[in-house]
Amino acid sequence: MTEVLETPTTPTQQTTPTQQTITKTVAGKTVTLTPEQAEAFGRELDALKDSVIADLGERDATYIRRMIKAQRGLEIGGRALLFGGIFPPFWLAGTAMLGLSKIIDNMEIGHNVMHGQYDWMGDPAISSKGFEWDTACPADQWRHSHNYMHHTYTNIVGLDRDIGYGILRMSSDQKWRPYYLGNPVYAFLLMVLFQYGVALHEMESEKIAAGEITLTDKREILEGIWRKTKRQTLKDYVAFPLLAGPFAPWVFAGNMTANLMRNVWAYMIIFCGHFPEDVQEFSIEETKAETRGQWYFRQVLGSANLTGGKLFHILSGNLSFQIEHHLFPDIPAFRHAEIAPKVQEICERYGVPYNKGSLPHQFGTVVRKIIKFALPF
Amino acid sequence: MFTETLTKVRRSALLDLLTGPHGVDRYTELVDPTWTRGQARARVVGVRRSTPRSVTLTLAPNRAFAGFRAGQHVNVSVDIDGRRRTRPYSPANADTDPYLELTIGRHDGGLVSTYLFERARVGMVVGLDSVAGDFTLPAIPGPTLFVSGGSGITPVMSMLRTLRARRHAGEVVFVHYARSAQEACYRDELAGIASEMPNVTVLHGYTRDTTGSDLPPRFERAGIEPQAVYVCGPPALVDAVREVYPDAVSESFVPPVLSGESSGGRVTFTESGIDVVDDGRPLLNQAEDAGLTPESGCRMGICFSCTRRKTNGAVRNVITGVVSSTEEEDVQICVSAPVGDVDVAL
Repeated sequence: MTEVLETPTTPTQQTTPTQQTITKTVAGKTVTLTPEQAEAFGRELDALKDSVIADLGERDATYIRRMIKAQRGLEIGGRALLFGGIFPPFWLAGTAMLGLSKIIDNMEIGHNVMHGQYDWMGDPAISSKGFEWDTACPADQWRHSHNYMHHTYTNIVGLDRDIGYGILRMSSDQKWRPYYLGNPVYAFLLMVLFQYGVALHEMESEKIAAGEITLTDKREILEGIWRKTKRQTLKDYVAFPLLAGPFAPWVFAGNMTANLMRNVWAYMIIFCGHFPEDVQEFSIEETKAETRGQWYFRQVLGSANLTGGKLFHILSGNLSFQIEHHLFPDIPAFRHAEIAPKVQEICERYGVPYNKGSLPHQFGTVVRKIIKFALPF
Repeated sequence: MFTETLTKVRRSALLDLLTGPHGVDRYTELVDPTWTRGQARARVVGVRRSTPRSVTLTLAPNRAFAGFRAGQHVNVSVDIDGRRRTRPYSPANADTDPYLELTIGRHDGGLVSTYLFERARVGMVVGLDSVAGDFTLPAIPGPTLFVSGGSGITPVMSMLRTLRARRHAGEVVFVHYARSAQEACYRDELAGIASEMPNVTVLHGYTRDTTGSDLPPRFERAGIEPQAVYVCGPPALVDAVREVYPDAVSESFVPPVLSGESSGGRVTFTESGIDVVDDGRPLLNQAEDAGLTPESGCRMGICFSCTRRKTNGAVRNVITGVVSSTEEEDVQICVSAPVGDVDVAL
């Protein structure tokens, strides 16, 4: 089934790494990494990762099992309360619980499990291959577009389709067209309909629009999306409302609001991952022969963190530690929070800028970027 | 009847939709871990330590467990330090019994056997999977010889108890080797069966402390002409029995031995029926050279697109150098190179 998913023709790490110094300008300051520095940087980060992997065990297994139990409990509780949603406190509580359950299922559980973070547990229900999540996007398509494409080619313009998702202009390296005047509108629509935007990601609609590929080429992808979206839609918007009999409208509204809650929250957290001010993009040319240390360097410079309390981090699926996530996508996400101080310290010693800020601040710079790039800059 | 089945199917389809995409089991198991329709699991309801080096567990399987035939083995899974470990065990109970009985001998350095010996407790839930094995009784057994050593007693005990339940009248000789009388599992019960059933003879051979031994410590010809001989135990015992009875059916569960880092082993792609001589490169490359087209992604161990099940043997992670266990486990084939013989589901 997955044979139709495309692999790009210029993969990194396939050519022999040459010794090149990388120079970037971050917030007006020049950042340089020589090949020797890159080598040492890489080794330190590898050692950090190894120490986490050696430590994996009961604590991590208990964490994810508790998280799953909490999410399922919120889901059942939320849906149950919504059956009595004619009573406003029940509707509010039910919707909030269901929204939280979807957020946790998609982010702290789904995204992380599908990264293989818990594959070592050997439980097929919590494995990257077996897990399916409560959203319109089919898990196997996500694994291809996210785990493989986005994480390998992070922030390489022309290869990482997460730069703009095919509909937005988020980088000066993307050539301006009058279409992009609608940037803020498309961004808002994407936010509100985010689960469908994510579901359609593998359609590569920008290529269809440009005539490079046809809809027929994407037939299997489309079928996969339809199958998953159909079941999700029937579940939330037909089956559960009908089961509520006369209270159907309240269940319908509650489910829709819960989905909207997840869409907006996930969108905000995800857009703060790679779009805040000073996050760097890279060209195919400068990344063609990347060493491991240089790959780490690109992951740090291409990502941004969010500051907050423990609950905030859990609700963000620990994507608030986007830098650590991009360095080590396959270790349990709550470990990212634990190693973040050490990562920041290592970066400091090598002069690698570490981008972090509060959600309002970082998202503010993202909105500014969306508006700025609507215009021909 | 038709409408009954139809409503049952429709109700189940509705339930699947409502509990989608995870499925009913993922919710019911949070109330009780054994409440799963799609996975066979069992709760430990009894723990007995009747010999110094073995533990006997009584398990109550859930409805998803479809039963077994005497002599077969079942894959038992238990979570140790967060990781699921699976080992094949032969239930020792008669196959008509509602409860499963596992007698696990503690192997030196054995991860699961040591864990169960030390930490098994009532209330623990284990996974059951893949009932398999040809080591079983025929429909109408003729004169039968059972030979077992140590914890190899379990499948033949299952067969003997099943014969007792069937009130089998044919001739049976049951030979068991243990280190000493104290370490002989089921000694009292076997004595009871021998006195209860005149057609059954039980003989013990003790290899370290020979007090009370019926037999010399090495296997010799038994006093019957058996139609079938079943032997389960260490390879040496199986070989000794085969010397006398070349047609003996055998079963052996030896802890895996890692032969060290070496290339030149055999790599078997079990689903394609292809095998190659290991050339030291990652499994993905070797599979592709053999004409296979497994899914792959980043090809550098990050995205998990290429994950496949390694069913046998060990692999070395080419990035970290870490050598895996010989467990059945998922591996990323793009960064896993064989260490000795390896079987991959590919």
